[in-house]
Amino acid sequence: MPQNNYEYFLLMPQLIIAVGIVLSVLIEITTKKSEQILPWLSIALFVAAAFDSVFNINQNFVLFGGMIEVGGKPAIFNFIFNIGAALVVLSSIDYLKKYGTYYGEYYILVQSSVLGMMVMSGAKDILMIFMGLELMSICFYVLAGINRKKLSANEASMKYFLLGAFATGFIVYGIALIYGATGTTSIQNLVENFVTYSSNIIFVLGFVFFLIGFSFKIAAVPFHMWVPDVYQGSATTVTSLMSTTGKAAAFSVLMIMLSAVFSGASNVFRPYFATISALSMLFGSIVAISQTNLKRMLAYSSISHAGYMAIGLAAGNLFSVAGIIFYLAAYAFMNIGAFTIISIVEGENDSKTDLNSFAGLNAKSPILAASMALFMFALAGIPPLAGFFGKYYVFISAIQSNLTWLAILGVLSSVISVYFYIRVVVFMYFKGSVEDFEIQISPYSLTAVIITALLILVFGILPDTLMNVITSVIR
Amino acid sequence: MVIINLIYLTTLLPLAGFLINGLFGRKIKNEKIIGIIGSAAVGISFLIVLGAFIQTLGLPTEERSNTVELFSWLNVGGLHIKFAYLVDQLSLTMSLIVTGVGFLIHVYSIGYMHGDKGFWRFFAYLNLFIFAMMNLVLGDNFVVLFLGWEGVGLCSYLLIGFWYDRKFEKGTTSQAAKKAFVVNRIGDFGFLLGMFLIYMTFDSLNFKEVFSRAASFPIAESTFGLIALFLFIGATGKSAQIPLFVWLPDAMAGPTPVSALIHAATMVTAGVYMVSRASIIFASAPVVMTVVAVTGLLTAIMAASIGLVQNDIKKVLAYSTVSQLGYMFLAAGVGAFSASIFHVMTHAFFKALLFLGAGSVIHGMHDEQNIQKYGGLKKYMPKTYITFFIATLAITGVPGLSGFFSKDEILWSAYANGGFVFWLIGAITAMLTAFYMFRLVSLTFYGKERFDHHHIHPHESPALMTVPLMILAFLSVVGGYVGIPKVFAGEHGNLFEGWLEPIYAPAQAKLATFGSHTHLEEILLMAVSVAAVLSAIYFSLHVYRKNPQIAENVSNKFKGFYNLLLNKYFVDEAYEAAVVQPIQKGSEKFLWKIFDVKIIDGMVNGVASLVESGSGFIRKIQTGVTQSYAVVMMVGIALALLWLILSL
Repeated sequence: MPQNNYEYFLLMPQLIIAVGIVLSVLIEITTKKSEQILPWLSIALFVAAAFDSVFNINQNFVLFGGMIEVGGKPAIFNFIFNIGAALVVLSSIDYLKKYGTYYGEYYILVQSSVLGMMVMSGAKDILMIFMGLELMSICFYVLAGINRKKLSANEASMKYFLLGAFATGFIVYGIALIYGATGTTSIQNLVENFVTYSSNIIFVLGFVFFLIGFSFKIAAVPFHMWVPDVYQGSATTVTSLMSTTGKAAAFSVLMIMLSAVFSGASNVFRPYFATISALSMLFGSIVAISQTNLKRMLAYSSISHAGYMAIGLAAGNLFSVAGIIFYLAAYAFMNIGAFTIISIVEGENDSKTDLNSFAGLNAKSPILAASMALFMFALAGIPPLAGFFGKYYVFISAIQSNLTWLAILGVLSSVISVYFYIRVVVFMYFKGSVEDFEIQISPYSLTAVIITALLILVFGILPDTLMNVITSVIR
Repeated sequence: MVIINLIYLTTLLPLAGFLINGLFGRKIKNEKIIGIIGSAAVGISFLIVLGAFIQTLGLPTEERSNTVELFSWLNVGGLHIKFAYLVDQLSLTMSLIVTGVGFLIHVYSIGYMHGDKGFWRFFAYLNLFIFAMMNLVLGDNFVVLFLGWEGVGLCSYLLIGFWYDRKFEKGTTSQAAKKAFVVNRIGDFGFLLGMFLIYMTFDSLNFKEVFSRAASFPIAESTFGLIALFLFIGATGKSAQIPLFVWLPDAMAGPTPVSALIHAATMVTAGVYMVSRASIIFASAPVVMTVVAVTGLLTAIMAASIGLVQNDIKKVLAYSTVSQLGYMFLAAGVGAFSASIFHVMTHAFFKALLFLGAGSVIHGMHDEQNIQKYGGLKKYMPKTYITFFIATLAITGVPGLSGFFSKDEILWSAYANGGFVFWLIGAITAMLTAFYMFRLVSLTFYGKERFDHHHIHPHESPALMTVPLMILAFLSVVGGYVGIPKVFAGEHGNLFEGWLEPIYAPAQAKLATFGSHTHLEEILLMAVSVAAVLSAIYFSLHVYRKNPQIAENVSNKFKGFYNLLLNKYFVDEAYEAAVVQPIQKGSEKFLWKIFDVKIIDGMVNGVASLVESGSGFIRKIQTGVTQSYAVVMMVGIALALLWLILSL
């Protein structure tokens, strides 16, 4: 039970969403107009939660007897989750209408998954992590199959669920072993005694199981097999949510669990992270070259980006925390932007998501083509866009930890990846239209595209604005 | 200090020009307004640079290097990078070239691009290019330099593919653009690694800090070597040297003013600038210096030999550019950094002029680029002919013109610091240059008219295009007199070298001192190379102007060698077979099809058939593939546990 009411005020972002979920359910069952009301309500909730988090960023407290942390690092994550989700909802309005796949639970599930993420990023107890993770994951399993009349969506949902359950099994088993070895689930305790515990094989084994489970969630090789099928089969807006905020949430947990390492303890898991990072970067970049479906290509690109971010985990110093958070924010916006454009161009039954459908896009819609080019350049890591600085920071952090070979591999892999990102630009600008069709540009989706494009530019030209905030709170 | 502090305007104005033309160009429509906005942005920048230059000249030598800070850019984890410009002798020289030649080419483009549906887009990109290039040369640290470095690459890519609906050789212009981009990224990879190593070694990326530490810190030669090598890989990409030169000839797919501005006068010299800027690092790594010199030398002679047989007017000039860039690296490699920048400057004048002249010819010949289909154009385009002829004399190094001074200084340094073989190959390259350039002039302007009179009516270009040609012709003649060799002008007579000297002083201190050579030796070598060049000119005119059948006989007699040159030593094909194909195939066939589908599924099917009989679970899932995904995870988990056990 809470000690005083003040704690509830500090938990406002989570409460806003939680109350919103209840409200949304009521709206959904009482009115017929939920399709008009729910998206705007969701956006209002997300924006309110995001700004509440940011305004209280310096109020760093641990609440409810060491259960959840508010302000500081979790506040930045809450901002990424909520703004990301708001943009996804904005791009969903006309997307769902276009295919007649509106179901009231869509927005409620998005809200619930964001609540799960917020619980994860603030967790100070391993059980809180698990609770948040399940809340997020189960919503994702359902969202992946939201287009219930479509076979590929059902398949995606089922695959995601089965493999996700498999990964969750490892996480639970890991938690059990950690508890068995230490007798506590408190992360505070874990951080303080990390060095002592590290000599206990049961603890290390449990920790590795835990990491394996989360490697699945961040889509790192060799736990990546679900990604291409699920990202391609799910509704595009859902993919954009899963691949960005979902990944950010999983990384936030990894950073919480490894916070002892980040503040100076020796990184016993470095070989593990270095390996999955190297594999993910190279595998993702190389396989993406042969993809012609854009959603599938971005799925492999998502794998390689998980690899770049994992460089920061392998490096394990204070600077890499900042680097990863910056990278996650940048990645969230550029990926949401790219997927939103795909969702605008996309036709019925997964059609028009091929490279050929983007041929000559510049002639059909210069603004869509220009923004897509921007997102592709940003994903490829070309300065001065946000994607470049994300990579730059994690590479620098790797060098600081004497992992130069990993940074070199990262640069090499990003050189390879330029090929398939640029190919999209080539198709849009330097090819005539292959398929003749009209693009209905939804004003809402376009707004989302423009907002993300601006964010990418601002964070790219003035990376310090974001970086200063991040570094000020991780100390 | 007033004008120097305004230096940021030289990047802001082109940026503003880019934004205005890029955002509203489509609405403005009026070509005059668009052209004036674009040209004025660069022209005013030139005046500002000129002002800063004059002001700097008035300062005592030790105060000529000034930093103009704009804002604090990155400030995290011990990394402090300001967005600042360094206004010193080297950056001012480069800025004058970029904005000066850039302005002339902008004006020329108003005439050249007249009537093109992408007129506004063209000027927007050109301004964006000037913006990026100025950041490249003015940046006071490696990060700003890299920003410009990537920016010019992007503009180059956009402008090569500018006419994306046109055919180019066997493919499309967009393939040429993509090739340029991808090859450049390989170079950038090296450059980035170099930057990382610099940060690791010197704990800074600021030029002044890095270079002063490089001069004073006790650092192993091998570290310097590695840094220099990586930086040089970056330079070979941007400046089209062996092994990364393949993109530049293809880059000719872009409009001709672009070839003049980006692929001749400015962007491709960025690598030379960077090597020259980091001279202290290179000077501390003698082995890499040799690599630089030899690479430059080989590139120079190889590109010149390819240029002998090309028939596309722009291709000849492209290989000529690659070859001249080779000279610049030769100069840098033998420690004559100021000679390399001197050649950057004179080359900017005469090569921009050659390209613009070629553009004028192409313009007058209705987009025909094959020199075998020209001939006798002298009387149709007198202004173009005269200016083109002057540029040709300059590039071949005829005494009295700008190219002579810079080329002679390079050849002499190659002899004095490199050895006789360096000089000899350099001199042979000069002969080849003279030969192919006069072949080009003869086939274009002299002889029989080999074009179809019914369809093609050659005409002189408008004044907007010929006036820039004349200004550049003037510069191609007089531009060399700022760098008269010491042997004629005395110890302090070489103004250009004296101006740049403070920049290279630390590097020169590290390099071995010049051997003792007599003036007589220098004059003798100069005489020999001039005689060689003149005889090559005579020979070329003799063959192509008087007796064209000789050329045919020779090419028939040495068919194998001729084809080797015509096909550019089959470098493109070799790269395609050795690098591009394997990566594509590897991705398609191995990693995706075999690794993902065959190996894993195969393994899985084996496992699955074992499990199938006993497990009702797997049968219920029925997707057939999901199990294999789980098996991959299991393999991963098994490996992780194996690591755990082994590390205990």
